[in-house]
Amino acid sequence: MAHDATTSHTSNGNTELVRVATSEHRLARYTLIGLALCFVALFLVLPLAAVFTEALRNGPGEFLTVLSDPETFAAIELTLLVAVIAVPLNLVFGIAAAWAIAKFEFKGKAFLTTLIDLPFSVSPVISGLVFVLLFGSHSLLGPWLQSHGIQILFAVPGIVLATVFVTFPFVARELIPLMQEQGTSDEEAALSLGASGWQTFWYVTLPNIKWGLLYGVLLCNARAMGEFGAVSVVSGHIRGLTNTMPLQVEILYNEYNFVAAFAVATLLALLALVTLVLKSLLEMKYSAQIAASRRH
Amino acid sequence: MEVRVQNIRKEFSRFPALNDVSLDIRSGELIALLGPSGSGKTTLLRLIAGLESPTEGTVYFGNEDASRKTVQERNIGFVFQHYALFRHMTVLDNVSFGLTIRPSGRRPAKAEIRKRALELLDLVQLSGLEKRYPAQLSGGQRQRVALARAMAVEPNVLLLDEPFGALDAQVRKELRRWLREIHDRTGHTTVFVTHDQDEALELADRVVVMSKGKIEQIGTPDEIYDTPNSPFVFGFIGQSNILPVRVENGQLWIKDHSIGVSAQGEADGPAQLYFRPHDIELLEGNGGCIAGIVTVTRRVAGTRHVELDIGGANSRVEIELPPEKVTADHSRVAFRPTRWKLFRD
Repeated sequence: MAHDATTSHTSNGNTELVRVATSEHRLARYTLIGLALCFVALFLVLPLAAVFTEALRNGPGEFLTVLSDPETFAAIELTLLVAVIAVPLNLVFGIAAAWAIAKFEFKGKAFLTTLIDLPFSVSPVISGLVFVLLFGSHSLLGPWLQSHGIQILFAVPGIVLATVFVTFPFVARELIPLMQEQGTSDEEAALSLGASGWQTFWYVTLPNIKWGLLYGVLLCNARAMGEFGAVSVVSGHIRGLTNTMPLQVEILYNEYNFVAAFAVATLLALLALVTLVLKSLLEMKYSAQIAASRRH
Repeated sequence: MEVRVQNIRKEFSRFPALNDVSLDIRSGELIALLGPSGSGKTTLLRLIAGLESPTEGTVYFGNEDASRKTVQERNIGFVFQHYALFRHMTVLDNVSFGLTIRPSGRRPAKAEIRKRALELLDLVQLSGLEKRYPAQLSGGQRQRVALARAMAVEPNVLLLDEPFGALDAQVRKELRRWLREIHDRTGHTTVFVTHDQDEALELADRVVVMSKGKIEQIGTPDEIYDTPNSPFVFGFIGQSNILPVRVENGQLWIKDHSIGVSAQGEADGPAQLYFRPHDIELLEGNGGCIAGIVTVTRRVAGTRHVELDIGGANSRVEIELPPEKVTADHSRVAFRPTRWKLFRD
């Protein structure tokens, strides 16, 4: 009804009277919307379209052929392997850190919170260099590792370590505010009803944070698969062995093998798109849940 | 079950929240911990529950020392101000939670758990809502679910932390009466924390008045209201007037005239006279009374509140009169307290 009234007023030329206070003049609105759309088209849609057209330039047949190249295939496998190791590790670390910070009071809590953010604030290249300094042949640990035949740098363990380091904050950052907001009374209620610590975590805490957790894991995974800087420093770029997908893209591109480079890039772009869609879906779900918990 | 708290002290990072508190809670009793915020009432409740551990002192459940027991081992029922219902579980699952998580040896059969949960939901008058989620219930309904959930484990003692604090006035009143009924029917030893004196006085068998980490007075609602034993309790419970007086020869004096109240057995010297607005009688005449000029009158429900200026410092007094007694502003009113108490600094 209210809407009808507004339109009838507008048609009578009384726009000024019924205009919502926060809305701008028509010209200003269209200009701003136009600008935003141009920006999105130029910086997001166009590049994405370019990636896909480049990849499919010589038809889908070639697209599949370059992807099944053994070195590219190895890169895809390695990327998946790294994500499969790094994401569950950070899932556990993230929950543990968030649990400790949100539910308990202890000395040095502020410091720990800052420390968790560290991987976000340092350049990934530095993160990689840290591992070179730690495990390289001229480092403290280097000779000992060499004499025991343990290869960390320029091998899978180094790549996994660097990825774990870089993607550590995602889950924890997502969970800390959520858990702080939820407080401890749900857990106390469970404990008072006789639940053990583990039961309380499994039946009460985990269901309360599941959407936030999934969201954090998603972001963590996207970064784990797409990480370039830190991994580039520790990987050594050994073809077919220590190249992840982003590194493979760089190598192929530097060799002017554009179709192959963009083909691998499409996979990463697809990963980003899937992540975005899932993320929006989760946000919808998640905000409903947060709203519900606020209504308590 | 009988619960005894003995010489409990609790410090939070050196700040004392409770100081040498002792309290005997009788089996089957409904007892209120009443006090302003920061008085330590919630801390005491959480210590009994085992959600906090005392810096010093002992908590006995029956004759057993429960101080070293965890919250799980104490088998208590705790109800939180903000309900703390498990939001991802239905009402039925919430109520059954305490039973379903028991180790298989002590866990009743599934059908038995369901039967018991439904019985409890019937007791708290929520039959038919067992498939709902907490978000689909009103505040009052959620708190009733929380109570049913706490009672499902057949607790030694039921502990309620400001159970009606988050509800609006009308619902509070209803739930208050309803909680008393439930208590009379089930007979659980129950301790509840409140800052609302009406709630404490109306609901509890005994009221524990607390202030600044100490127990000020323990007594039945009548005792607490009629014979408060400290200025704090007098001031905190109900309305009160405080006047500086002097005791001389068994009489009370304000400045140079007697107020017609005999205080036999009181030592001479200055004191503070405490009395309630309704514990007065109106008088005619000039001698042996407190007289003042009407400054404000307010009609509050069934009584008329009259503020008097009796001259001098600290000279505002409020008395309650029957509504038919109309007093014009600036008119003179004389009265005498009929029930009063003296406190000295």
